Amino acid sequence: MFEIVERQEMAQGTIISNWIKAPKIAAKAKPGQFVILRANETGERIPLTMADTDPAKGLINIIYMVVGKSTALFKTLQVGQGYLDVIGPLGQPTHLEKVGKVICVGGGTGIAVLHPITRGLKQMGNYVYSVIGARSKDLLILEDKMKAASDEVMICTDDGTYGHKGFVTDKLKETLERDKDIKLAVCIGPVPMMKFCAKVTQEYGVHTLVSLNPIMVDGTGMCGCCRVSVGGKMQFACVDGPEFDGHQVDWDELNLRLRSYVTEEKVSFDQFKAAHAPGCSCSR
Amino acid sequence: MTEEVKAPKKEKIPRQPMPEQEPHVRARNFEEVPYGYTPELAMKEAERCIQCKDPRCKQGCPVEIDIPGFIKLIKEGDFEGSIRLLWEKNSLPAVCGRVCPQEVQCEGLCVIGKKEDPVAIGNLERFAADYQREHGKQILPPKADPTGKKVAVVGAGPAGLTVAGDLVLKGHDITIFEALHGPGGVLLYGIPEFRLPKAIVAQECNYLERLGVKIEVNAVIGRSETVDELLERFDAVFLGVGAGLPVFLKIPGEHYIGVYSANEYLTRSNLMKAYEFPAYDTPIVKGKNVATFGGGNVAMDGARTALRLGADHSYIIYRRSEAELPARHAEIHHAKEEGVEFLLLTNPLKFLGDDDGRLTGVECLRQELGEPDASGRRRPVPIPGSEFVVDIDTAVISIGSGSNPLLTKSTPGLSLNKWGYIVADPKTGKTMKPRVWAGGDIVTGSATVILAMGAGRLASNSIHDFLTYGW
Repeated sequence: MFEIVERQEMAQGTIISNWIKAPKIAAKAKPGQFVILRANETGERIPLTMADTDPAKGLINIIYMVVGKSTALFKTLQVGQGYLDVIGPLGQPTHLEKVGKVICVGGGTGIAVLHPITRGLKQMGNYVYSVIGARSKDLLILEDKMKAASDEVMICTDDGTYGHKGFVTDKLKETLERDKDIKLAVCIGPVPMMKFCAKVTQEYGVHTLVSLNPIMVDGTGMCGCCRVSVGGKMQFACVDGPEFDGHQVDWDELNLRLRSYVTEEKVSFDQFKAAHAPGCSCSR
Repeated sequence: MTEEVKAPKKEKIPRQPMPEQEPHVRARNFEEVPYGYTPELAMKEAERCIQCKDPRCKQGCPVEIDIPGFIKLIKEGDFEGSIRLLWEKNSLPAVCGRVCPQEVQCEGLCVIGKKEDPVAIGNLERFAADYQREHGKQILPPKADPTGKKVAVVGAGPAGLTVAGDLVLKGHDITIFEALHGPGGVLLYGIPEFRLPKAIVAQECNYLERLGVKIEVNAVIGRSETVDELLERFDAVFLGVGAGLPVFLKIPGEHYIGVYSANEYLTRSNLMKAYEFPAYDTPIVKGKNVATFGGGNVAMDGARTALRLGADHSYIIYRRSEAELPARHAEIHHAKEEGVEFLLLTNPLKFLGDDDGRLTGVECLRQELGEPDASGRRRPVPIPGSEFVVDIDTAVISIGSGSNPLLTKSTPGLSLNKWGYIVADPKTGKTMKPRVWAGGDIVTGSATVILAMGAGRLASNSIHDFLTYGW
């Protein structure tokens, strides 16, 4: 078992952070790489990009949003309990280099994935603009960490409860307009957010990295489930990615494939909620 | 030459069939198709073996099992003796008895087979292993004293398990590294439950663990640790990682929901037990009309799995004719019995889908057989204007595998051929990299379980020589 040594609820319990004992993975993992987790014998293999590592203590950090049965099951795991399987590090690490000025854009739990990359880019000596957003103030995560990893941070909320009222694309566009020296954009979040960020950066000709999250099974390039079209070519996110050139990604195809199991996911989640309903009105 | 004096003719015993589930019943469940021999049936079948002095069957076995020897012991009712003899050459008899293509190996060479049906060697091997598992004591074969030498085996599939089983008996300290969360490789994720129950795979792996083999799952060598790092801790490394790269048809529409590689379809069903969804969390599209593309054993597994997942129609779409189907006859026969429909000489052109991105059909072109090609098989030639659409909601692409570069790319010093497979000496499994051996599909490309085991045997002999004599 891979033990959870620290657990934190964020964004009103919709987002969970786990520090997990996995010394071998912690020793090797680099920003941008992911792990696959399985809670128990009947569980799914769920890929999650690591939010942080602590090699000295042998720990890895994952931060996930509760969106279905598997993540709801993950949420039930407390400190001292753990995952049956954690596999990794998987995928290609982010290519971190000094390019001058960069802009890092994160939405929702995407900020968790973005943070180690932002920190890495800053450590390489880049000037880092960051734009982070959420639907509302209560749902925004890792603001302090992002501030520590950036030179300038802009905050957006859909409902205007904090920072700029509107989407991260607004601030992205504004910044690109203001500073023509930005050489790289890293945009991580929900598919529509990444798609529209890539559209904006394309107008300005700024190279853009995105981190994709298609459905996966093995995570080692064996099954082809996570295939995405990038520049018209079939790529496997698990081994060729998860990061790709945002201007080359076929976003509509990715969006369709993410909906492969909407019906099954609902069946599974409803069953889980029914089984865990007593005493928990929130899931009704 | 005087004519041999013939012994009084005994009553001829016909080959004993294995009792099996009725086709229409089994096509809807995931339980194993044949039930296996009873001791009585096994002993009766064993009597058919004439105990050749120079047995040809043995020459057909890639791991050189003493076939007449173990059959004789079954005939005498010494079932424990027979499994002990099998174990001397084969750590996975319950698997081989089920999935080896005996008709082109041992049974294909059996002299009885010249006049009548050959001795059912595979069925008997399976019986010996099953009987031991179900009735026998927890016996183990004798093991050599510890040598102090350590060997890392990468991949817990048929090749790796064979290497581990061989070398642990010779006293070496063995650790297997497996990328998935359970050992078995293709035996676990690929071959369906109804052909090879996963409990049996687990027991064969457990047998190795009882012998002292350590199995580390969730270890993706190439990512979590490199081969060079393993070489710092181990005296020798064997690479048996399989081919493991899905090949797609490269026709339009392969992104539609419901289009699977055979690897994905079978992994979801077998490894993740999606057929038990929602009791198991991993879903699978339970199509009503399923087409499996390809004609090999994996394709038959896909088409038969589709029936068990509830398909009304399960098609095999293959571009050549029936004679060229590469699958074992037994698999084709089982598939037909269960109601799999064969659309032969049919070439897929493109997948069709709806606005939600769900697969609705496949447009195909009929073909006819033309002149023989380089492989000697008559080449299929398209018939112009013969396009037609098959309505399907699930497609399983089973046209072979490529070489997965995950491990090879991260291992400097290995020599790869133009397809990305590892170059290894066919007699020893030695690679161009010192202290590294390789065998199975990552060397040969997609082949069979027993060929991978045979490669494992050759490599284990070579590794043992190296560890013992230094060459």
